Amino acid sequence: MLLYKIFIDPFVQMGAAPDLLVQTLWEGLVAGVLYALIALGFVLIFKASGVFNFAQGIMVVFGALTLVGIYEILVRWGISQENVAAFVALGLTIGVMFLLAFGVERIVLKPLVNQPDIILFMATFGLTYFLIGFGEYVFGGSSKIMIADQLYLPKGFIDLKILGGVVSLQKIDIAAAVIASVMVTGLALFFSKTRIGRALRAVADSHKAALSVGISLDQIWVIVWFASGLVALVTGIMWGARSEVSFALEVIALRALPVLILGGFTSIPGAIVGGLIIGVGEKLGDFYWGGLLGRGIESWLAYFIALVFLLFRPQGLFGEKIIERV
Amino acid sequence: MLYREAGQFKTNYASDQAIFPILQDRMGIAAILLVAFVVVPYFGNDFLLQAIMIPFVIFSLATIGLNLLTGYTGLLSLGTGAFMGVGAYACYKLETLFPNVNIIVWIVAAGFASAAVGVLFGLPSLRIKGFYLAIATLAAQFFLQWCFVRIPWLFNYNTSGAIEVGTHTLFGIPITGPNASSTTRYLIALSIVVVMTWFASNLVHGRIGRMWMAVRDMDIAAELMGIRLLPTKLLAFAVSSFYCGVAGAMLVFLWYGGAEADVFSINQSFFILFMVIVGGLGSLLGSYLGAAFIFILPIFLRYVPPHLGMPILPATVEHIAFMITGGLIIFFLIVEPNGLARLWQIAKQKLRVWPFPY
Amino acid sequence: MQPAKRIGDVLLHADNISLSFGGVRALTAISLEIREHEILAIIGPNGAGKTSMLNVINGFYHPQAGRITFKGRTRKAMRPHAAAAGGIARTFQNVALFKSMTTLDNIMAGRALKMHKSFFWQLFRYGPAMREEVEHRKVVEEIIDFLEIEHIRRIPVGKLPYGLQKRVELGRALAMEPDLLLLDEPMAGMNLEEKEDMSRYVLSMNNYYGTTIALIEHDMGVVMDLSDRVVVLDYGRKIADGTPDQVKKNQAVIDAYLGVAH
Repeated sequence: MLLYKIFIDPFVQMGAAPDLLVQTLWEGLVAGVLYALIALGFVLIFKASGVFNFAQGIMVVFGALTLVGIYEILVRWGISQENVAAFVALGLTIGVMFLLAFGVERIVLKPLVNQPDIILFMATFGLTYFLIGFGEYVFGGSSKIMIADQLYLPKGFIDLKILGGVVSLQKIDIAAAVIASVMVTGLALFFSKTRIGRALRAVADSHKAALSVGISLDQIWVIVWFASGLVALVTGIMWGARSEVSFALEVIALRALPVLILGGFTSIPGAIVGGLIIGVGEKLGDFYWGGLLGRGIESWLAYFIALVFLLFRPQGLFGEKIIERV
Repeated sequence: MLYREAGQFKTNYASDQAIFPILQDRMGIAAILLVAFVVVPYFGNDFLLQAIMIPFVIFSLATIGLNLLTGYTGLLSLGTGAFMGVGAYACYKLETLFPNVNIIVWIVAAGFASAAVGVLFGLPSLRIKGFYLAIATLAAQFFLQWCFVRIPWLFNYNTSGAIEVGTHTLFGIPITGPNASSTTRYLIALSIVVVMTWFASNLVHGRIGRMWMAVRDMDIAAELMGIRLLPTKLLAFAVSSFYCGVAGAMLVFLWYGGAEADVFSINQSFFILFMVIVGGLGSLLGSYLGAAFIFILPIFLRYVPPHLGMPILPATVEHIAFMITGGLIIFFLIVEPNGLARLWQIAKQKLRVWPFPY
Repeated sequence: MQPAKRIGDVLLHADNISLSFGGVRALTAISLEIREHEILAIIGPNGAGKTSMLNVINGFYHPQAGRITFKGRTRKAMRPHAAAAGGIARTFQNVALFKSMTTLDNIMAGRALKMHKSFFWQLFRYGPAMREEVEHRKVVEEIIDFLEIEHIRRIPVGKLPYGLQKRVELGRALAMEPDLLLLDEPMAGMNLEEKEDMSRYVLSMNNYYGTTIALIEHDMGVVMDLSDRVVVLDYGRKIADGTPDQVKKNQAVIDAYLGVAH
């Protein structure tokens, strides 16, 4: 009876209402895109500095909050044109993210440059809590509404009448997917084709070697953390446009970790594929199997999938195999 | 001048290997124990005990637990909160099933439940290392927290989802529940923590501590000495989780008096980890110092500024505490990765040659 | 010249060992023997595969082909801790000490295989666990005496100069009371005095404890003076095997070192 419930019934359900299946798949892909974006931020920093930036998630929230916060201040100062205020706020927020990148590089990374990676990892814990405290202090703990309209982001639904039912696609999600693809392609090209991209890859391989050929570690790190900050900002805008902007730490950053394990910590395509797999897997798992185990298994399901992966293929689907030489 | 070893000769290896070879250190420990067991309960008021001393000793124990795993063995764990929770819920169930057994027995026995779970989630350490292992511990954290909420048997099908502690006695004196005085609870907690600290100290100064530190410093070389990695790492998980489990049980039974699942969240895990980092990775003394520092900080922020004439909102206290904590973590990792314990050692060094500068 | 000593039977026999990493061939069909109580030197130009050979003997690398017979037992692959339990100890080119631990603790760690008092007794320390500690401390002190490192007993080894670190590492290997000791460039980076000291320790170990020693070394003077036999590797192959005098005159060896085109 139980075996039936696990292995047969969910598929029967899927077949019975294919429009629901497609809807669930779509929801999964949408969630996956957002995970992929967060993972992308991690991958950028990890690729270039070998640091796993635990604070990436909070940077997403921070970026979004700063944007809304600056917007509200501008409106209060009398800039009546909403769209103008929105884009000015956007520009200023990008500036803030740069300052953040610069600050992090100077204060956290530079002093720790020769320490083992685990120390840098722990330093990003400190950064996370600092940003949470700081963000809550400046913006207050209540949640805010993303200025999606003012930024010309689309609203509303497209309803597809297919497969005997209706599948609703939110326009904002389509926009998110498009924006994400553009960003990912841009970044991939940047890494492989430009001089700075090459320098980034050199730094990721070995700090000391990169230094010895004259690459300025400081510059590269600021660039990378800034790029990551921009990705975080875009993620925050998209995420906030779908729901609201608040400090739910667990939800955001930690969800991205299984994505990275699946996709490999150093691979941009890996982040995308991993994100989509986890997104779809979680949604399907929760919807069709969740009844068995109780709701809310998505809090740990992704981690278990990732754990299994770690045991058999530690470098992820796309990562580089690690050879230890004595 | 005061803190000198001159004249203290060791005539056999046993005394050379003593944990506190210097007489002044032994006197210092005796004094601290005297203060802890006698002075504090006698002179301390209810507030001091309930809000400061009891949680301090309990968190110190949890910090020692995590330090054994992360500081001594080098296995970063983000699941401390969950392991504490396992201890708490295990104790609760044991008490429910066998209400007539002394609660202290169950508090300690709960550690074994925690140890078993710790070993289970430590198994991946055979194949994965470093922060990948940390991610495995995160899996433990989320999964166990989900269990605390979704398995009603754990909280006796209570509709609120919370566990509550009734009254238990020892020799007729209530030690848990609303009737237990803070002094009693403090002394029980303190006794358990002191004994367990003594065990931890013995472990780390002997061959097991060496094994753990060898695995931390260079596990390939440790294997070369014949140290088998998986049993060593699993032992670290087991002992560490035992300590965290007992701390969790004490947290609920001797301090809060009840609990909900979100007491044992990932924030708790980070809280304890920060205590380890600030206090000093790989130091038992550091565990106490770190616990004191991180725990007292928000209390300090809540009460001192108003006394100095600067009113401060309770919400702001939390925000500023987070900021200071985060900043301190970064500061300690940069400046003194061995934490307050190392600073204390340096101070002692200076004291040894005082009044000369070096 | 050294007094004649009793060199025993074959202690370790490596049979046709081949090892590759991905596409790189590190070792090709190497066979060699190490006899009990002898000092064997493994020499060759850089990249010849010397360290890889030691790693195979040790169990760090598992060869794709070939077998090792040690003390009569043949196996294809061994885990390092099994090698340790079997009586093989080694030192590394880049000192593999436990950097945060003191000299004393490092060498005591070498006694790990011989210390058995259970977890239960460790909890109490005083009693059986302490007695065991003291017993092994005595052995470790003999080693410290032998290697003349009393003055750095309680210093964390990370703070020691390189030459002393190598000596501590030797002490740690000795603490295992090994049947076979593998030394990977024990004299690297040392000045003349330090080399003489090290050579003295190696010879004493061999004479006094009877330890069989296989060492990788670049200093020809040391090789010629210390070793009973020499094995020469080049590009992952064995090109000579014999007494120091024989090897010195071997044309293939001379070619390898002078870099004649292959």
